Amino acid sequence: MQTYLTLVRRELGSHFVSWTGYVVLAGVLFLLGLSTASLLQEMNAQENDMPLMEQFLDTYYFWLVLLLATPILTMRTFALEKFSGTFETLMTAPVGDLEVVLAKFSGAMVLHVLIWVPLFGQMLLFRHYGNDPTVADTGTAASTFLGIVLLGMLYMSMGCLASALTRNLNTAAMIAFALGVSVFVLSYLTFGTSLQPGWRTELYSHISIIEHMRDFARGVVDTRALVFYLSATAVFLFLTLKTVESRRWR
Amino acid sequence: MIEVANLTKRYAGHTAVTDVSFTVGRGEIVGLLGPNGAGKSTILRILSCFMPATSGTVRVAGLDVFTQADEVRRRIGYMPENNPLHKEMRVREYLKFRARLKGLSRPRSRERADVVMQQCALTEVSHRIIAHLSKGYQQRVGLADALVHEPELILLDEPTQGLDPNQIRAVRQLVKDLGKSHTILLSSHILPEVEMTCTRVLILHHGRILAADTPENLQKDQDEAGQVVAEIAAPREELRLAWEHTPEIQRHDMAAAEGNYLRCTLTPRPGVDLRPHIHKLATERGWPLRELTRTRLTLEDIFVRVTHAGREEEP
Repeated sequence: MQTYLTLVRRELGSHFVSWTGYVVLAGVLFLLGLSTASLLQEMNAQENDMPLMEQFLDTYYFWLVLLLATPILTMRTFALEKFSGTFETLMTAPVGDLEVVLAKFSGAMVLHVLIWVPLFGQMLLFRHYGNDPTVADTGTAASTFLGIVLLGMLYMSMGCLASALTRNLNTAAMIAFALGVSVFVLSYLTFGTSLQPGWRTELYSHISIIEHMRDFARGVVDTRALVFYLSATAVFLFLTLKTVESRRWR
Repeated sequence: MIEVANLTKRYAGHTAVTDVSFTVGRGEIVGLLGPNGAGKSTILRILSCFMPATSGTVRVAGLDVFTQADEVRRRIGYMPENNPLHKEMRVREYLKFRARLKGLSRPRSRERADVVMQQCALTEVSHRIIAHLSKGYQQRVGLADALVHEPELILLDEPTQGLDPNQIRAVRQLVKDLGKSHTILLSSHILPEVEMTCTRVLILHHGRILAADTPENLQKDQDEAGQVVAEIAAPREELRLAWEHTPEIQRHDMAAAEGNYLRCTLTPRPGVDLRPHIHKLATERGWPLRELTRTRLTLEDIFVRVTHAGREEEP
């Protein structure tokens, strides 16, 4: 436990001693600001009764942040250590491979949660100035945040795997980005097949992160989605662990 | 302290270490000497539990490095090649982080960080960012990291690589001091370095151990094989005859040097010191003698000799 916490602290430290943490935070703030502006414009243009968070998802800024920020947050986890050689000092200290993988993942997750905190500011803003207090009630806020965390877990675990596969930061970021975009684009399959019932529709709706997020934003916490994210994260973390261990049998 | 038996390490496509066996006793400073690609780093990486051996057994303090890796790692302080550090951290912060990672309690890690900083003369830079330090200081940070959890065994991979002569001297002195209280295994491709710091040397070539001896004995071998250079002002023909009539000389070369002098490179028979002979000859004939030196064998020569000897023994 001590080594795990030490490593998580070091992960967070490395982001805020260097520029990445601040740049990502600033970038996300900028995009959230843009989304607030466009939301206001939309709301002033026409009335609708969609929950605020669902409208926010429809502005696509959420997905932009998710797709762009996660590769940057995770690319350093393993690739930088391998590149600079500190991977060797790390793995020759009395630490377990699993501990290292979990610590790197947790570090990235803490950052992911941090970058989404400003979203609550946006919610409060609308709640304060909007006439209808139900646009952003506590329940939908909580379920949205749960969705963000779950989706973050999936994306961070994919990013960790990408970073463990290579010693080059750019390659790590690109693999993570490609994986992330693929998962995102897969969601669009549901829109094509939603009319015809069958196993395909069933399958696509299980893996559609857009549909999942929309549910969470409406305040619906579906256990199927919960299971999907937790198990997918576990799979990617397991693959990361095996990649880290692979130096033993190569 | 270290027992290595029939260690072999194969990477995809090539064998880095072949059937290596050696032991290192408690309190020894042993040098792994070999050219680049001889397998030094591979052996150290296996000893430090970074990767496993393909076959053979490796024990540190009686513990197997593969099955009891965690216990072994606690007893080892390892500084890898090129001394990788988290350069964005400050010295004291880094050492405390490493101490915590190695399982020391918070107060203990603070205490140990201060002790090793003193030991490695880092106290005055304790709050500097590692990236801003000179290479010599960075090397000492790496050493301090290896020491911070009070390991019984210290493994150093090329500890003086890339340093300037003053820094090299400082690091060597530090290693020597550490040797009084620790067992040390270090790798190097520089012979004088190993000679100066180590109590025993293992010469490694193409993944095999070719010689294991004390530096004194290696030195003796060298001295016996060393050539003698003499600059003498004498008629070339007379000098040639003189060399040919000296039975102790195996081979001789002469080249014109500055002034009227001839520069002679003489190879003696094994176990003979030619220098008194030459001096006697020069004084008897009244030839001015302005230089008389014995060349030391370079590491390359030793390798050539040892590898050659190895080949002769094989059939």
